Amino acid sequence: MQSVCYVRCVRRLWGPAQASQILNVTNMHRSVCQLQHKKVMEDNKPWALISEVGGQGYIEEVTDIMKQHFQIICHKDFLQNPLLHGPKIQAMFVWNALPAPEPALLSSLPSLKVVANGGVGIDHLDVSYITSLGVKVTNTPGVVSNATADIAMGLLLASARNIVEGHQISVNPNTTHTQCQMGVEVTGSTLGIIGMGHIGCKIAQRGKGFDMKILYHNRSRRSVEDEQAVGASYHDNMDDLLKASDFVMLAVNLTPETTGLISHRELSLMKPTATLVNISRGLVVDQDALVKALQSGTIRAAALDVTHPEPLPRDHPLLGLPNVLITPHIGTNTYTTTRRMVQRMVENAMAALKGQTIPNEVKPK
Amino acid sequence: MAEEKTWALVSEVGGEHGYLEELADILKQHFRIICYRELLEDPVLHGPKIQVLFMWKYCPAAEPLLLGLLPSLKVVVSGGVGIDHLDVPFINSLGAKVANTPGVVSDSTADLAMGLLLASARKILDGHQIAIDPKTMHIPQSLMGVEVTGSTLGIIGMGEIGYKIAQRSKGFEMKILYHNRTRRNVEDEQTVRASYCESLDDLLRKSDFVVIAVKLTLDTTGLVGHRELSLMKPTATLVNISRGQVVDQDALVKALQSGSICAAALDVTHPEPLPRDHPLLSLPNVLITPHIGISTYNTARRIVEKMVENALAAVKGLPVPNEVKLQLHNQC
Repeated sequence: MQSVCYVRCVRRLWGPAQASQILNVTNMHRSVCQLQHKKVMEDNKPWALISEVGGQGYIEEVTDIMKQHFQIICHKDFLQNPLLHGPKIQAMFVWNALPAPEPALLSSLPSLKVVANGGVGIDHLDVSYITSLGVKVTNTPGVVSNATADIAMGLLLASARNIVEGHQISVNPNTTHTQCQMGVEVTGSTLGIIGMGHIGCKIAQRGKGFDMKILYHNRSRRSVEDEQAVGASYHDNMDDLLKASDFVMLAVNLTPETTGLISHRELSLMKPTATLVNISRGLVVDQDALVKALQSGTIRAAALDVTHPEPLPRDHPLLGLPNVLITPHIGTNTYTTTRRMVQRMVENAMAALKGQTIPNEVKPK
Repeated sequence: MAEEKTWALVSEVGGEHGYLEELADILKQHFRIICYRELLEDPVLHGPKIQVLFMWKYCPAAEPLLLGLLPSLKVVVSGGVGIDHLDVPFINSLGAKVANTPGVVSDSTADLAMGLLLASARKILDGHQIAIDPKTMHIPQSLMGVEVTGSTLGIIGMGEIGYKIAQRSKGFEMKILYHNRTRRNVEDEQTVRASYCESLDDLLRKSDFVVIAVKLTLDTTGLVGHRELSLMKPTATLVNISRGQVVDQDALVKALQSGSICAAALDVTHPEPLPRDHPLLSLPNVLITPHIGISTYNTARRIVEKMVENALAAVKGLPVPNEVKLQLHNQC
């Protein structure tokens, strides 16, 4: 941003008329350079492309974290003049899959070094393609796990104990007496976790506090120590887990192998008193099969933080079923976790730009 | 033969206060059941046969008028652990024992406490309403909750239920503080890593979530009022699974409206249900459930089994396992 300093000097020498032309150039950077000292500090900061602040994008409270190390440009502003802004951008922060790192966008970012995702899921990113352009991909594992495990348990309990229904009865103007459907017991029940990664393990830890019997299915078995810490027993055969569980918890990442993992057959293996909880990705479940299973009483209920698409079309049958609890992908929606995610995203991007070891690089398979 | 079974009075089978069929069947295995309505059809005929009164959701109420119809009554057995609704000395004075069902209620009540805490903290109710709203076109980015993992949980009342709440919150790496009439032993404390707060004020100041798990007595009525709520963090949530009267509801309304505390989640209110124009019903940061702490099939069944166990003992003149014997200072 040395040009801005120059302009200010020139302005004093030449007077307003001549300086105004040069000042026009600096108007674009106006929002970034409000104060003199900030201007000096930001001179060397690399540029990062983000979706937006507010709306579908970042909450205002986390932008300061990004601005500590980057000069931020929103996608909408970028599109005003991609030829001008494109070459400056070295990092792209992806939040809720936006901006989408598609060929058209990436080709206008010749200096791009890293696509840093906020969140651990990267099913929306074509990692092979992006890395083939010489661009690194990063995500934010670990920092999302507690909040996601918490929402998993929250959904499990809310569904099992009819909390939403109970509230609606309690506040309904027409309620004269309170008759709420009986719930199902959580303590001592069997929790079957499909996908025993970082998040799955934390769910197991929480389930243990409720004296739940923990079964798990995973691509690979975990260490004896890990299993014993939460009292979990490995089920090589997922069918066995489905048959034995009172609560089936989906905590896998979305890959070609896990797409449609839970369909008609799997749902029919579950107990009619069982509840399906999904905090992974909507596509892991065959939604049509789920609707049928819920309508027919093949399973008792479902609690979903994720669907496909998000949000569901307003006429989707899942929205009208009484035994379905849906939340709008709020697995990581706490101020604490959101800040940690943005912090990690920025750290990953900084490391990529400096050519240092990247904490959470996602490599193509 | 039905004639040989002891007669027991219940509210009703089915209906708003009644027993589910399958639960009534458990009672019918051991007792000849008569519903309140049936008793009133001919109280002079039926009344003297009745030796047991089974109370479920406070019905039928063990009031003088009813008890006066039951000269042979040996025991009043209340389903649940709370006995604040029973005038134990009065019932005893008529020659009848009182029994409740502690223990069997604890797990499901602790589960609901955690469920309310999580639902409130993570805005599950709001989330669901947005997710199914016909007008929702986008996933909202601004529906932010508060972090549960690693937060501070303050438990007021560390009896069996309070302790089980502590056990569950340990899995969420919550820092646990507790306040109780008496301190628990070191081993108990260490198992759940709970720290004793002799001063209730201390607990209130430090907690992100305050869970009330006391029983209702003269000492705990209005325990949480203006002063206590003002000591709490403005980011804190109050969870009540004890009794509505433990909290000063007017003070709670003011505290929620003014932002003195962040939110409340209540399984109990006073009265139940609240009048339809009560301010608590329209506050956005309040979650209310209709006293469903023990509403699971498993727990309801265990409660009924324990009610039967206690009633049979009383009828046979044997020691009643869960007889309620009150010290005077515990009375309501």
